Amino acid sequence: MKLEYTEEQRAFRAEVRGWMEANVPPAPLESFDRTRAGFEAHRAWEHKLNEGRWGMVTWPEALGGRGLDLIRWLIFEEEYYRAGAPTRVNQNGIFLLGPTMMEFGTEEQKARFLPRMAAGEDIWAQAWSEPGAGSDLAGVRATATRDGDEYVLNGQKIWSSRAVFADWAFGLFRAPGSERHKGMVLVLFPLDAPGVTRRSIARMDGELVFAEIFLDDVRVPVANRLGDEGQGWHVCMATAGFERGLLLRSPARYQVAAAKLAALYETHKAHLPASIGERVAQGWMDAEAYALAIYAMCSRLNAGGKIGPESSTNKIVWSELDILLTQTAMDILGDRAELMPQAPDAGEAGDWLADYVFALAGPIYAGSNEIQRNIIAERMLGLPKG
Amino acid sequence: MEFAFTEDQQAMTEAARKMLVESCTPAGMRVMLEKNEALDAARWAAITEMGLPGMLAPEAAGGLGLGLSDFIAIAEAAGYAGLPEPLVELAGVVVPLLARFEDDRGWLERIVAGGIVAIGHPVNPFVANADVAAALLMGDGEDIHLVEANAVTLTRQESFDPFRRLFRVEWTPRAATRIGTGWNLTAERGAVVAAAQMIGLGQRCIDMAVAYAKERYQFGKPIGSYQAVKHLLATAQVKIEFARPVVYAAAAELALGTLPARARAAHAKIAAGEAAELAARTAVQVFGAMGMTWEVDLHFFLKRALALKFAWGGSATHRATITARIESLPIGPAATFAAELTVHAPEAKFQGMK
Repeated sequence: MKLEYTEEQRAFRAEVRGWMEANVPPAPLESFDRTRAGFEAHRAWEHKLNEGRWGMVTWPEALGGRGLDLIRWLIFEEEYYRAGAPTRVNQNGIFLLGPTMMEFGTEEQKARFLPRMAAGEDIWAQAWSEPGAGSDLAGVRATATRDGDEYVLNGQKIWSSRAVFADWAFGLFRAPGSERHKGMVLVLFPLDAPGVTRRSIARMDGELVFAEIFLDDVRVPVANRLGDEGQGWHVCMATAGFERGLLLRSPARYQVAAAKLAALYETHKAHLPASIGERVAQGWMDAEAYALAIYAMCSRLNAGGKIGPESSTNKIVWSELDILLTQTAMDILGDRAELMPQAPDAGEAGDWLADYVFALAGPIYAGSNEIQRNIIAERMLGLPKG
Repeated sequence: MEFAFTEDQQAMTEAARKMLVESCTPAGMRVMLEKNEALDAARWAAITEMGLPGMLAPEAAGGLGLGLSDFIAIAEAAGYAGLPEPLVELAGVVVPLLARFEDDRGWLERIVAGGIVAIGHPVNPFVANADVAAALLMGDGEDIHLVEANAVTLTRQESFDPFRRLFRVEWTPRAATRIGTGWNLTAERGAVVAAAQMIGLGQRCIDMAVAYAKERYQFGKPIGSYQAVKHLLATAQVKIEFARPVVYAAAAELALGTLPARARAAHAKIAAGEAAELAARTAVQVFGAMGMTWEVDLHFFLKRALALKFAWGGSATHRATITARIESLPIGPAATFAAELTVHAPEAKFQGMK
């Protein structure tokens, strides 16, 4: 138990901080979910990160990383968020597919995909959910039919974040005639392949945050399969562990939000009831608790442990924390809270509104919180399946 | 940076946990109540034999010379066991306080040998388990006195928790009983070890409810197979999972004594208290009407959790410390750990601002 950084870790923090101060764009980039220009601006930022070898610091050097452990990754993330750097447009690639490929990919696949991913050359989307298969993901119907050295993909995917402008997707398919958890494959396919049609879905605030993907006899080489044939479900669950449990939502994100909330409260508190101050303090405490739990988890993983069902507890905590923080900010902003970012007098209110709308999705994506509670009850507590 | 217990710490905790849980059963507690016993002599002998009371005492006094991080998971295990004896306050609060004084009048050695000293800290109106103590640490302003049991008058104040035997203590400060000045971090230490016990107590309540939910059938199925029941228990478990690291961090950071360290102790107390209370209340709900009865053992753990939630400073005290921490020192990423704020005070008040 040693809750202080080593001199090397402090020096690493200083290095990240210095680079971020010199390179983070002074003004926020345009949303990557609105226009191609905004998306490409974020891709350019990924290129720049990669030039500094910050694409994904935990990956081996040969694959575009720095070969660092998870404590350094946390330090990197803290400095990244502290600097107000742009949201990672490739988060589905680097945080979900990347670690999964590290575990299940062949050496050829790693060399082919990961350096380009770290560099932002390929921006990735996830193609798992279907209109009839959301929480019940084992109900996917899209098929991958083996034809010699190729798979022929057919079906419909939905709720694919970033897929409107992304380059590649990793999709969950099944062998024709297979059922439930058996016969599944995880297949990587280019989003501009013949037979792929994308249709954007507007979120309630107009942002094009996700897309439907229609696959009509899309042919991809068998070399694009990640993991063994029939192992798709197993591979997906490993990805889901990273998504829910650790990489997708690092604590720094919420610690920054909690600090911003405290600053917002500070400027308005003369006119607010004490109960608001308690919620602000609660937000800070919850963000700290999440950070401490993740430091403990990373210490355990560094020592060779594996992510287990605690990824589900983490997911519940970060999603509910995000709602607490943004909802409290809205209550502080009061009658300005409804202003859209483009309203002339919106000021910071517009940002909090956007954050609140995003937070509403937290308990839904990456596996709904109801599903997470089932997982906790069945796998941590050992309660019987319903 | 390593937020994990060492193998030695894990081994010692496991040994203590096994002994405490096996020797301390609800059936045994019921026998103690019938006999109006405050202490199980055989168990206390085993606890002493294992060296638990003196874990934090200096080796010169026969102790193990360890720190709060070494003891914190054992305090949690004592909570899990619902231990009636005052091991946690003795080993976690009394011993470190006595160890600060030049002359402990031989009491550390006596504690190592099985003697009990109770503590009357000003933050608590009554003294817990004073009737089994051979001496009491009492405060007179900032002066701290060590008073032998025969020099005080005890008036029992019945607690909801039958094993927290509370007493109003009447005593007279004398020059000869004064052993030092300054409580230092005693209240915070009391809060942290109470928090650890509450984590254990909350987990015990959940475990009992889970076991019941597996065997209680309604509508032809175990009630634990219904999502409404699963989600109640999962929500309570999540609260415990995210209070526990705060408690461990509080134990590791407390000795720094700085505002961030004290705020962590406050946070630990608040978070563990809320988690334990939710777990206990959830367990009552899962047990249904049976959960309200004297017959089901759940109440032993619920009562301790509830009592400890208010001991060593309630929510108002601890929330004030949190507010002071947020308002006067950097918050945000890179401002998480107390050691970093002491040694490398960052520049901006609100870190992480664009």
